[in-house]
Amino acid sequence: MQHRSALDKVRHLGSTHSGAEHWWSERLTAIALVPLSLWFVYSAIGLTGADLAEFKAWIGLYGNPVLLILFIFCMFHHGHLGVQVVIEDYVHNEQVKFLAIISTKFVAVLFGTASAFAVLQLTFRI
Amino acid sequence: MVEFMLPANSRPTKGKSHPAAPGATRIKKFHVYRYDPDLGEKPRIDTFGVDLDSCGPMVLDALIKIKNEIDSTLTFRRSCREGVCGSCAFNVDGTNTLACTKAIDDIKGEVKVYPLPHMPVIKDLVPDLSIPYAQYQSIKPWLQADTPAHERERLQAPEERAMLDGLWECILCFCCQTSCPSYWWNGDRYLGPAVLLQSYRWIADSRDEAAGERLDELDDPFRLYRCHTIMNCTNTCPKGLNPGQAIGKIKEDLFKRR
Repeated sequence: MQHRSALDKVRHLGSTHSGAEHWWSERLTAIALVPLSLWFVYSAIGLTGADLAEFKAWIGLYGNPVLLILFIFCMFHHGHLGVQVVIEDYVHNEQVKFLAIISTKFVAVLFGTASAFAVLQLTFRI
Repeated sequence: MVEFMLPANSRPTKGKSHPAAPGATRIKKFHVYRYDPDLGEKPRIDTFGVDLDSCGPMVLDALIKIKNEIDSTLTFRRSCREGVCGSCAFNVDGTNTLACTKAIDDIKGEVKVYPLPHMPVIKDLVPDLSIPYAQYQSIKPWLQADTPAHERERLQAPEERAMLDGLWECILCFCCQTSCPSYWWNGDRYLGPAVLLQSYRWIADSRDEAAGERLDELDDPFRLYRCHTIMNCTNTCPKGLNPGQAIGKIKEDLFKRR
């Protein structure tokens, strides 16, 4: 039996004063991903059937590794922000929710770093 | 919390059938959600045959006729019968709306009348709205100003007054609130479209001086940003308002002040 008033339940622990930041990061990365995704798809089509040497030649061109790393960063950042919202929407067990959000962030950082490292390796290792 | 199935005790069973009186010529069947907490039974769907030749044109007229002539235990809220009080909000024919402004002739086939979705049911078509009411209270829906009114009233230019059009008409029927999946899943923390539209009504008011504090309170991943522009709110509003746009404007204001 709970005797808390409806108003107390609604006010709960108060406002975080921080929702706008998450929302804006999601929009900002979405805007950035529009040209980056088009560029990525265009490049991927152009590289169809390329062997490692051709790929290394392409990635060595000035601009390509930069755009590729930007694409990786924006994609994983945008992805983890979006997945966090989905988890908050649907997962209501507090422990499961926090575990899921933490895992999402770690996985995004891990894959993002690994992908960026792969780009650097292909760019600089002869 | 997300629920794909109603809890076992909330699944309605087939209820009683009340055919129309003999001699009725134009019969419309109404399937109405019934729940009586005193019976200790599952909710049920009762079917009533209503003779439209002796019934008013709106769904509320049919419900009142059922209550007067067929089953006086049918319980629902109603008051003004002209779409300004917001009492008779039900889920009619699959859409939240006001029974008093929904014409029976606009519904093809048999009419289903259920309480507003995903709210605890007190009895029959009466939902427990204490949480939405508390949410409304929490946004301080009154004029807040430190500057004393210098004459008899606080002045407002016609253009400033026009900023409130599409907001002041809200009658708090909570049709939009209870149509929103985000509100279904997170209604304990998400303020919902009706309350956010009301909040923006004060943010947009040129006489109100507390827009900053109001935005501070709304700047929260759950209170405001559970809105994912699903737009059920705008589609269902029986007054033709656009809560989705009002929420968008709150997000815009929060962006502008960054």
